[in-house]
Amino acid sequence: MQEDILKIGPKSFHSRFILGSGKYSMKLIEAAVRDGGAELITVAVRRANTKEKESILDYIPEGVTLLPNTSGARDAKEAVRIARLGRELGCGDFVKIEIMRDSKYLLPDNEETVKATKILADEGFVVMPYMYPDLNAARDLVGAGAAAVMPLASPIGSNKGLATKDFIQILVDEIDLPIIVDAGIGRPSQACEAMEMGVDAIMANTALATSGNVALMASAFKDGINAGRKAYLAGLGRVLNRGGDASDPLTGFLRD
Amino acid sequence: MDNRFFIDSEKLSPAALKKKHRLETDPSCRKDPMAYLPGMEKIESNIKDRVLSAVAEYDPSIYTAKDVRAALEHRRCTTEDFKALLSPAAAPFLEEMAAKAKLETEKHFGNTVYLFTPLYIANYCENYCVYCGFNCYNDIRRLKLSAEQIEAEMKVIAASGMEEILLLTGESRGKSGVEYIGEACKLARKYFRSVGLEIYPLNSDEYRYLHECGADYVTVFQETYDIEKYETLHLAGHKRVWPYRFDAQERALKGGMRGVAFSALFGLSDFRKDALATALHASLLQKKYPAAEISLSCPRLRPIINNESIRPLDVGERELCRILCAYRLFLPFAQITVSSRESAAFRDGIIKIAATKVSAGVSTGIGDHESKYEGKENENEKGDEQFEISDSRSLKTMYEEIEKEGLQPVLNDYLYV
Repeated sequence: MQEDILKIGPKSFHSRFILGSGKYSMKLIEAAVRDGGAELITVAVRRANTKEKESILDYIPEGVTLLPNTSGARDAKEAVRIARLGRELGCGDFVKIEIMRDSKYLLPDNEETVKATKILADEGFVVMPYMYPDLNAARDLVGAGAAAVMPLASPIGSNKGLATKDFIQILVDEIDLPIIVDAGIGRPSQACEAMEMGVDAIMANTALATSGNVALMASAFKDGINAGRKAYLAGLGRVLNRGGDASDPLTGFLRD
Repeated sequence: MDNRFFIDSEKLSPAALKKKHRLETDPSCRKDPMAYLPGMEKIESNIKDRVLSAVAEYDPSIYTAKDVRAALEHRRCTTEDFKALLSPAAAPFLEEMAAKAKLETEKHFGNTVYLFTPLYIANYCENYCVYCGFNCYNDIRRLKLSAEQIEAEMKVIAASGMEEILLLTGESRGKSGVEYIGEACKLARKYFRSVGLEIYPLNSDEYRYLHECGADYVTVFQETYDIEKYETLHLAGHKRVWPYRFDAQERALKGGMRGVAFSALFGLSDFRKDALATALHASLLQKKYPAAEISLSCPRLRPIINNESIRPLDVGERELCRILCAYRLFLPFAQITVSSRESAAFRDGIIKIAATKVSAGVSTGIGDHESKYEGKENENEKGDEQFEISDSRSLKTMYEEIEKEGLQPVLNDYLYV
C-alpha cells in the first residue's frame, strides 16, 4: 500500500491524531505523543502567555508541530491579534482559529472565523479554522485560504460523538481540503466512525484527559483512527438492507 | 435589629458619634436605598426585577428529598432544580451533589486550579457598612499607596511568580479616584498578565477607561440581595444605593470588560435566597451578554479589627460546600473562586469538587507585602486590614500543594486583546 500521508499546508504528517488543547497537562502531551503518535499538538496562545515554569512551549517534544489556537478571541480582530502574538512567542506559522462569542457552550462563530482566516492566510499563516459544520461557511473558508477545515462533532468537551455526522459528511464530500473533526469525540469508536466517513484527521483532548488511563486511551485513539482510515481506504463493504437483495432485478424488464 | 456590628471609636467627635448613632437607630434619617444619587448612570435592564421576583417566590421549605433526587438526575439543572439543591431537603445529599459537581467541574475545567492574589492599594472609605473593617467610622490606620509604593508592592508580588492580580480599594471616590485606579492598572499591566478590579461601582464610561488602562475583570459583591436587610447594614455612602450596585457588572460589560464576578456575603441574610439571587444574577447577565466570562465567589463574614463579636456560624462549612456544589451544577461553565477567608483544609477540599480559583500570598492590609513576603520590617507606613484571613499560604506553598493533590495550578490563561 502506498504511504498514507496527511498534508496540511506545507507539512506532511503520518499521524491522523491531533491533540486538542482543552484540558492541557504535561501527562497528556506526553501520552498523546508517545502512545497516540500525535505529530501535531494544539496549544492555546493565552495559556502559553505565562512566565517561566509553566511555559508550555518548553515541554513540546522535538519533531512535533505546534498548533497555536486563538481561544479567548471573541471576534476576528482579536483572533488575528492572538495569532500574531503566537507567532511572536515562537509558536510557528500554523494557527487554529477559534472564535467564540459564547462563554457557556463555546460554539464557534463561523462568520468571524471566515474573516480572520482571510487576514491570516494573506499573512502567510497556515490557517486551520474551527467551525460549525456548515457547507456555505466551509466554502467561504476555502475561498479565504484555509489549509484545512475543522468542523465540530458535538459541543466541545461533551464527549458526545458525531452529533453533526450528516453535515460533516457533506463537508467530506464537497470540500477539497483536509477535514479534521474537532470537538466532541468521546470514544475511539466515534473517531473510527468519523474516519470511515472519509474525515482526514481527528482532534481530541477531553476524551483522553478525563479517561482513567490517559496513556492507554491515547493508544486506543490511535488504533481507532487507524482502523477507520484503513476501512475508508479499503472502501466499506456493502450494507444489506431489509435482510437481503431483491431477487428480481428492478431493471429486468429492459430488453437491450 | 441585631447590633453586634456597632462599635464606637473613642476618637470620633461628639458630632460624628451623634450622626453615627442616629444612622444606626433612626431609619428615617437614612437615605432611600433604591434612589440613585447624582452622577450615577442608570441603564435599561430587567435583570434586577427578574432576580428579585424569583427570590421573592422562593420558599426553601417546600422542597422534598424527591425534588432533590430529581434535580440530581436531570441532564440540565433548571432554576427549580437549583432551588431544591439549596433547600434544607438537600442536606443529606451533600456527598452525591459533590460527586456530580466534581464531574461537571472536570468536564469544563479539567484538573486546573487558577491562582491569583489581591492587592489592596487604599483603604479609605466613604461608606458606613456596619460589618466592614474599612467602614468610615472604624478607627483604623488609613492609607493610600502612591504610584511608587504600588509599583514596589507589585514588584514583590511579581517576584513570587504571581501573574494574575486583583486590585482593591476602599470605596472612596474622593481619596482613590478613577484616575488613580487607572494608573494602578497601567502599572499592573507591566508586572502581571491579568488584571482584575474589586473597587466601588462605576459608570460604564469609567469602566471603559479602566479597561483601556489594562483591566479586564470586575468583581462587585452585592453583599445581600435582600433589600430590607441591605438597608440596615449599609447605612450611609454610595454603597447604600442597592440598584446602582446591582447593575455594576452590566455596566462593566458595556464598558468592554471581558469578565465579571458576583457574590453575596454569606451570613448577612438568608443564605439560600442570597445564593439563588447571586447565581440567577450571573446566569441572566451571561444570557444577555453571551461572551461574558462569569465568575462566582462565596465569602462568609469574617472578623474585623475592633469587633471580635463578628463570628457568624450561620453558614457552616457543609452549607458553604453545598452552595458551591449547587452553583457548579447550575452554572457548570462559571469560574468559582474561594478566598483566603476560608481555611486551608476547606480550600484544599473544595478545589477537588467545585472551585476553580483560589488566592495565594494574601494580605488584606495596605503596603505590607514586603514584610509579609520577604520578612523585612518595612519602614513605610502600613494600612490596616479589611478582615482577618484564614489561609495565609504563600504562592509557592499553594502551588506545590495543589500539584501534590494531582491538580494543575495555572498562573495564567489569559491575553489582553
